[in-house]
Amino acid sequence: MSVDPATPRDAGNWAANVTRLSVDADRADVGFNVAGRRLTGPQQGFGRLWQRSYSAHFGDSVTPADLIAGWKANFGSFWTAGNRFHGALIAPGEVAPIAVDSGAGMKLVTGILVLYADDESFTFMTPEGHMFAGWITFSAHDDVGGTVARIQVLIRPNDPIYELGWPVMRRMEDRFWKATLVNVAAHFGVDGVVVEEKTVLVDKRRIWRNAGNVRHNAGIRSALHLLTAPIRAIRHRNK
Amino acid sequence: MTEPLVSMDVRHVGSSTAVVDIKGDVTATCEAPLMAAYEDASVGGTKRLVLNFTGLEYMNSSGIGMLVTLLVRANRQHQKLAAYGLTEHYRQIFELTRLDEAIAIFADEPSALAASAS
Repeated sequence: MSVDPATPRDAGNWAANVTRLSVDADRADVGFNVAGRRLTGPQQGFGRLWQRSYSAHFGDSVTPADLIAGWKANFGSFWTAGNRFHGALIAPGEVAPIAVDSGAGMKLVTGILVLYADDESFTFMTPEGHMFAGWITFSAHDDVGGTVARIQVLIRPNDPIYELGWPVMRRMEDRFWKATLVNVAAHFGVDGVVVEEKTVLVDKRRIWRNAGNVRHNAGIRSALHLLTAPIRAIRHRNK
Repeated sequence: MTEPLVSMDVRHVGSSTAVVDIKGDVTATCEAPLMAAYEDASVGGTKRLVLNFTGLEYMNSSGIGMLVTLLVRANRQHQKLAAYGLTEHYRQIFELTRLDEAIAIFADEPSALAASAS
């Protein structure tokens, strides 16, 4: 095993270091809860730390590399109705606003950074205000019986409000990611796929020093943004 | 299951500090050796754990996840976690993922040991 620190093998797989996120001008209208935000890893969140995974066997219909290539190319189209992924491509450093159905008749607008991407996996990291602080990894690998697609999250609810809503959000996450895997399977011609879910409580302790994260809460800020839309419209008309 | 391309050797330095020498690839496959190294390092009431990344050749996002799991276990046991030997590339990744806010990073082993002893 030789070490060449000048050109690490993973050099092209990681996003460049950023302190605060910026959103492309053409997506600025949906990036109001992302632009200027810092990223939040699991240690910057508030609630208990969970590792959850959703796996599905795709058989021999597709190789891991082809699965990930197809998943990257069509990522947003696999989401369920009422949820929007505003990313242009899945590449390291890409910042994508997202709008998810909050279940309360309102869209919760937040985003992700593509933290890491290679031929068999890609990982998103969340910004301040997102429901969760942490990472979500989409991967594929060979196993007995063929290719397995997997979604794995390592997350803490980002603030006390999200932590209170965890029982509901957990069920919403289950529905969302299971449906996503079914849609990915259908894209590759695999029907009747069974999604296995596994949940591990990694850390039962809450990080109380991060309770102030609530000031960035994207749910609250999305509601305020919606309520102040008429004011912005008037200002825009008067320009 | 893919075999881990990593070795993790544990050195006990003094009565309450252990150094884990990590060589190779840090990915999801290294969970078992990393946790075994942690168990070995924690023998005898170790209070300070120092990760030596001088031999780190490759790390993916699952590898970073492993380090968070290790950090949680160390916090639970009231152990301090430090690291040294990160190249500029991996130091940047620690900053990007904000892991550097939870794991103290040092340039070399003497400074890591000196800081963890204070």
